[in-house]
Amino acid sequence: MMSAVALQMSCVAALLAAAALAIVLSRSRNAAGVVYGMTMTISVVATAAAMNWLIRGAPETSALVLPVGLPWLGAHFRLDNLASFFLVVVNFGGAAASLYGLGYGHHETEPHRVLPFFPAFLAGMNLVILADDAFSFLLCWEFMSLASWALVLAHHREPGNATAGYVYLVMASFGTLALLLAFGLLAGPAGDYGFAAIRAAQHAPGAVGLVLILMLLGAGSKAGLVPLHVWLPLAHPAAPSHVSALMSGVMTKVAIYGFIRVIFDLLGQPAWWMSVIVLFLGAVTAMMGILYAMMEQDLKRLLAYSTIENVGVIFVGLGLALGFQANGMRLAAALALTAALFHVLNHSLFKSLLFFGAGAVLTSTGERNMDKLGGLIHRMPKTSFAALVGCVAISALPPFNGFVSEWLMFQAVLQSPDLPQWALKIMVPAVGAALALAAALAAACFVKAYGVTFLGRPRSAPADAAGEVDRYSLAAMFVLAGLCLFTGILPGLVIDALSPVCIDILGGRMPIQVNEAWLSIVPIADSRSSYNGLLVMVFITICASSAAFFIHRFASRALRRGPAWGCGFSDPVPAAQYSGESFAQPIRRVFGTLAFHARDHVEMPPPGDVRPARLRIELHDLIWERGYRPIAGAVAFSAGWLNRLQFLTIRRYLSLVFATLVTLLLVLAIWS
Amino acid sequence: MQLHSLAFDVSHTLAGGLVLISFLMLYQDRLYSLLNVFALHALVLALSVAWQAFVQNAPHLYVTAVIALVFKAIIIPVALHRIVQRLGIHRDIESAVGIGPTMLAGMGLVALSMVLMLRVTPEADPLAREDLAFALSVVLLGLLVMVTRRNAVSQVVGFMSLENGLVLAATGAKGMPLVVEISVAFSILIAFIVIGIFLFRIRERFDSVDVSTLDDFRGERR
Repeated sequence: MMSAVALQMSCVAALLAAAALAIVLSRSRNAAGVVYGMTMTISVVATAAAMNWLIRGAPETSALVLPVGLPWLGAHFRLDNLASFFLVVVNFGGAAASLYGLGYGHHETEPHRVLPFFPAFLAGMNLVILADDAFSFLLCWEFMSLASWALVLAHHREPGNATAGYVYLVMASFGTLALLLAFGLLAGPAGDYGFAAIRAAQHAPGAVGLVLILMLLGAGSKAGLVPLHVWLPLAHPAAPSHVSALMSGVMTKVAIYGFIRVIFDLLGQPAWWMSVIVLFLGAVTAMMGILYAMMEQDLKRLLAYSTIENVGVIFVGLGLALGFQANGMRLAAALALTAALFHVLNHSLFKSLLFFGAGAVLTSTGERNMDKLGGLIHRMPKTSFAALVGCVAISALPPFNGFVSEWLMFQAVLQSPDLPQWALKIMVPAVGAALALAAALAAACFVKAYGVTFLGRPRSAPADAAGEVDRYSLAAMFVLAGLCLFTGILPGLVIDALSPVCIDILGGRMPIQVNEAWLSIVPIADSRSSYNGLLVMVFITICASSAAFFIHRFASRALRRGPAWGCGFSDPVPAAQYSGESFAQPIRRVFGTLAFHARDHVEMPPPGDVRPARLRIELHDLIWERGYRPIAGAVAFSAGWLNRLQFLTIRRYLSLVFATLVTLLLVLAIWS
Repeated sequence: MQLHSLAFDVSHTLAGGLVLISFLMLYQDRLYSLLNVFALHALVLALSVAWQAFVQNAPHLYVTAVIALVFKAIIIPVALHRIVQRLGIHRDIESAVGIGPTMLAGMGLVALSMVLMLRVTPEADPLAREDLAFALSVVLLGLLVMVTRRNAVSQVVGFMSLENGLVLAATGAKGMPLVVEISVAFSILIAFIVIGIFLFRIRERFDSVDVSTLDDFRGERR
């Protein structure tokens, strides 16, 4: 019988073999079917194996050392409960994306740019999670980054994609540099890069602080923490849609895994001030991410910004867990961590679903700008239904899964009065308020995304001519939509499956949920709070059906058609409909001035001119303009200045050498 | 004690003489006289090395002295003379910096190397210490020659005098193996051959050994 980690590693090997096969096959016609079929089978096997391990909840681990990599170190791989949870997320996302790719891949114009990298990307993410020494971890991390970079550049001739790839590459290298330094600090002067040795070592408080900051930079830049998120809304939408789903739904989770592995597992007992930093960044990320998403008109970019918001939410959960754990509040820490991990799972489900929906819209209409869409609910009813489920789930509305994890998060926030530090006592409720604001804005944002894209009348000819997508894509979307509902009404199963992870890294767990009556979940105690997704769903279904029945039975028995009230403006042009920008206007008025320096300009033609008046909206990405552009400018300036050194005369080069030598000697003469 | 003091004085004089001749080299603005001064430089080096051989009782240093004498004081200057003759460039040296500033810079460099060496090596053997200070001055002055001249031949001379400084430093330190010395001498000889060939190639191509024509050829500003 193969050990569990060996089984996972053979899945990785099979994925790499699929990548090699894809290189050979990529130009043949059936390549997409073969490759995506293979990756789907492998991912399903890996998901099943990891889930089996997680549900068993055994305290032991399964390790494997391969004789590759650094000669004195080897490559260590290890499967524990934390890793197996993330393997479930990654491989399930991979399986869903492969299923979707079976249909979507046929529309690919250059399949040889996607097919070889897709299995390699999946393999890279699996390897990062399985790695058990710093060297393998960094190597696999870079492999994952480069494979995803190649996928971002799959359509490199489309405008903007080359820039997206460049920004992604720069940010990924920066992140890996931060991780490298973090592991260097963790390994200490002895230089033992195995995770077991790092876990056993004592770390000085100064080094712990530095490692936290470096991990926030390294893992945070991959996950999309503000202000390191700039590459994410460029790169995620640039890739083909099923890869966007993987990058947004799964790769950001691998970054979160890296953060949890180092901060919770390797560093040992946390200090309370660590949670302040993580909470602050998480809250800022959640609010900024959803505000950006609100302002966005491009469907896939909106989803990418919403990913940033959800990463912020997850980091708030992790920050809460750090704060509770530092004060020995095991139950509250387990609650916060469970909420964060539950949200990891949920976000991977509904964000993949929404990206699949956006991909379906894109294949069907060729349009990503939602102000050119509309009316798709009549033309693509099944896709619209699945996307509606995704939108409701991501807006954290019951009875779907998004509500459960956010509700658990707020239950954890409500534990804050028991914290001894005043800083945390005051900060945690404030962060909770920010989280509530972000959740409300997310709901508004997805009302906008769904309403403008799928409802109303089509705003362009391609949207008018759209048709339903293929059955593989639909199957992938409906599987995910079904899981959103399933985990929403039976959250107790997920919470119980997560408890071994909490026991492993926190030493505590939430109460067992499956024994509660009526499938309720009770995070702390019956007297404080409980939630029952099934009952809520039954209630909603009964209310909605009876309301619909009564309205249709008694109020509108006959179908009536009459002129719609057009606010005194009866222009029938579809472009006159409520647009995404109009929907976002109130929120732009409230937050935009501060966050984006937003200005509305009305350009009135002079009297006598028959041109229409125009409303122009001016938005500034302050993080890009104030943070990144000065850095880029400084680099360009110094590079331009140094460039002069390239074309000197021989004598000038000699003089430079001479001047350097004399300067060094002078320094030595003065300071020795 | 008397002999030690004498040994110290003589080696001091010879090394100081080497620095002085480096200054002479800085001052020359004609190729033939520059080559003559370089030959004198190598001769004084040979004397200095021979004296070190005598003082340190190290017979292999005599070999070094002979190599310096034969190669650097005779073969290389004569060969360079013939090159200059064949190229017909016994005109003025076009020095890039005026004589006055060059001499001032040279003095600054000597002061720097003195201060540095005397401060960095307080516990070393005084003989080796002074020797090292002078050697560093010679190296820096050789570099200064290379930097302030435009003519390729005078840059070669600057390079050779720099190497003389290295040999002076090496012989001042006790126990330098002969093999190192010989290999250094051969590498210098090979460098000389390569540079000589290059001189002719540059000349063939541009009708001049002024290195600025190379820069003009690359189409760049100066």
